[in-house]
Amino acid sequence: MGEPFIFWLFAAIVTVGAVGVVAMRQPVHSAICLLLSFLGVAGLFVLAQAEFLAAVQILVYAGGIMVLFLFTIMLVNVKRAAGQPYVHTQAGAGLLAGFLLLAIVGGTVVASSRVRGLSGAGDLADPARLATTSITRDVTRVVDGKNVSTPVTEIVIGNSQAVAWGLYRDYLLPFEVASVFLLVAMIGAVVLGKRTMERVD
Amino acid sequence: MIGVTHYVALSFLLFAIGVTGVLVRRNLLTVLMSIELILNAANLNLIAFSRQLGDLNGQLFAVFVITLAAGEAAIGLAIIISMYRLKGSVNLDDAAELKG
Repeated sequence: MGEPFIFWLFAAIVTVGAVGVVAMRQPVHSAICLLLSFLGVAGLFVLAQAEFLAAVQILVYAGGIMVLFLFTIMLVNVKRAAGQPYVHTQAGAGLLAGFLLLAIVGGTVVASSRVRGLSGAGDLADPARLATTSITRDVTRVVDGKNVSTPVTEIVIGNSQAVAWGLYRDYLLPFEVASVFLLVAMIGAVVLGKRTMERVD
Repeated sequence: MIGVTHYVALSFLLFAIGVTGVLVRRNLLTVLMSIELILNAANLNLIAFSRQLGDLNGQLFAVFVITLAAGEAAIGLAIIISMYRLKGSVNLDDAAELKG
């Protein structure tokens, strides 16, 4: 019951869920398998010292995106397509392409791990580096009637705190751009989804 | 012991399954779900190297990838709904106007 066992458990959950998404005939069943896969990935995030991202993964993917998918499945009538084949006529070629991709890049991963020797844990970084961040701020004191500010460096502990300092200090502009992107996506979804207004003359 | 190669191999397996889903399925909803799988694979890769190198930047990039996935799902599902209004189906084969 160590880290390898938990890794393989979550890896199996992720893989089974992903295969289910592709293989299930009904979109609702695919969505349930997708949820399983998302939860497995969240477990792997916890295992890899990304606790904040695991929480975000569950909130955004399993909470938000999954609800969107289920609503859309509910809105479009998928029952009608039940009798038809659910894969393309060229599904064999697609499957072959997928396996070729798997073979080529999978072989590359294995080969490069042999070359670089990255599979061992000997060169694993200190886990504490992902859970702490050092911040420098100016502390202003009044000395002899004057304001004297001295930089003070302190260590902040916690993965969420570390991610937050990274987002709001080092990646402030990308963060703001992401918020504008979400606004644009929201407006776009509303415009695309709304019914065309009847012209009232 | 679990190293970065295990994570990368799993992430790549997830990616390949997602690509296969995009290529094979006819239902537009399932194709979009497969794209979500691909984005998840990218996140897993970022997190794996973040863990290996002790570098927080991988986690920060994964936050932005999740943001991108949320926007992409919202727009994609809106497009699916408007296609359903237009054609009465969500099958990819029915959207063949650009076929020569």
